[in-house]
Amino acid sequence: MSVTIRLQREPFDAAKEIAALTRGRTDIGAVVTFAGICRDDENGEPIAALNLEHYPDMAEAEIGRHIEAACRRWRLLGVTVIHRYGRIAPGEGIVLVVTASSHREAAFAAAEFLMDYLKTRAPFWKQVEKPGGKTGVKIWVEAKTSDETAAERWDGECRSKA
Amino acid sequence: MKVRYFAWVRERVGKAEEEIDPPAGVATVGDLVAWLSRQGEGYAYAFENPNVVRSAIDKHHVRANARIAGASEIAFFPPMTGG
Repeated sequence: MSVTIRLQREPFDAAKEIAALTRGRTDIGAVVTFAGICRDDENGEPIAALNLEHYPDMAEAEIGRHIEAACRRWRLLGVTVIHRYGRIAPGEGIVLVVTASSHREAAFAAAEFLMDYLKTRAPFWKQVEKPGGKTGVKIWVEAKTSDETAAERWDGECRSKA
Repeated sequence: MKVRYFAWVRERVGKAEEEIDPPAGVATVGDLVAWLSRQGEGYAYAFENPNVVRSAIDKHHVRANARIAGASEIAFFPPMTGG
């Protein structure tokens, strides 16, 4: 089981990360990648960029804990999570989750599970930078109830299994 | 103990971190929020709706009833919006 967690300012290359995770491995039969990308709008309003603030040590620890939880639920052969911080322009990647397993079910489910938790539990905060070059026009993105609900459904499944 | 603030909690408090020495009797995260709220206008504004602000002790999410004894770092921040 190979686990890679990286918090970085620089853009990532999804193809390179998949290659790194699967290189020399013949036991992996399925790889799922999710890339979260910066849109050019937030709630229908145009944006110039996102600025992501994070709590470095806790972000890494929290992502690690969710990867451990995913490994307890599914037979995974590898996981890579990369989350960027700092200024991110529309079209650029924000987050990358790569999961690998023998068969597709585990990789699909684990990728979704990890994303749902990253959204609500990993200490990152997005701030919208408005276009027009006016300084100081920055607005914190509000948390969505739908993201909470998405993460909570996994708790429900845990309880129903117990 | 060290207290850290992030995102709009940091902006409202006006600093990213500080060392604090709360009086005896401040036993839980909730007590600490109440005490901090009395330390100035910025703090009162940051914690005006204490149910919204999230907290962590030593890099683990905790609730308001978590005890702070033995904690080396406590963090306060808005609901997370990463991913």
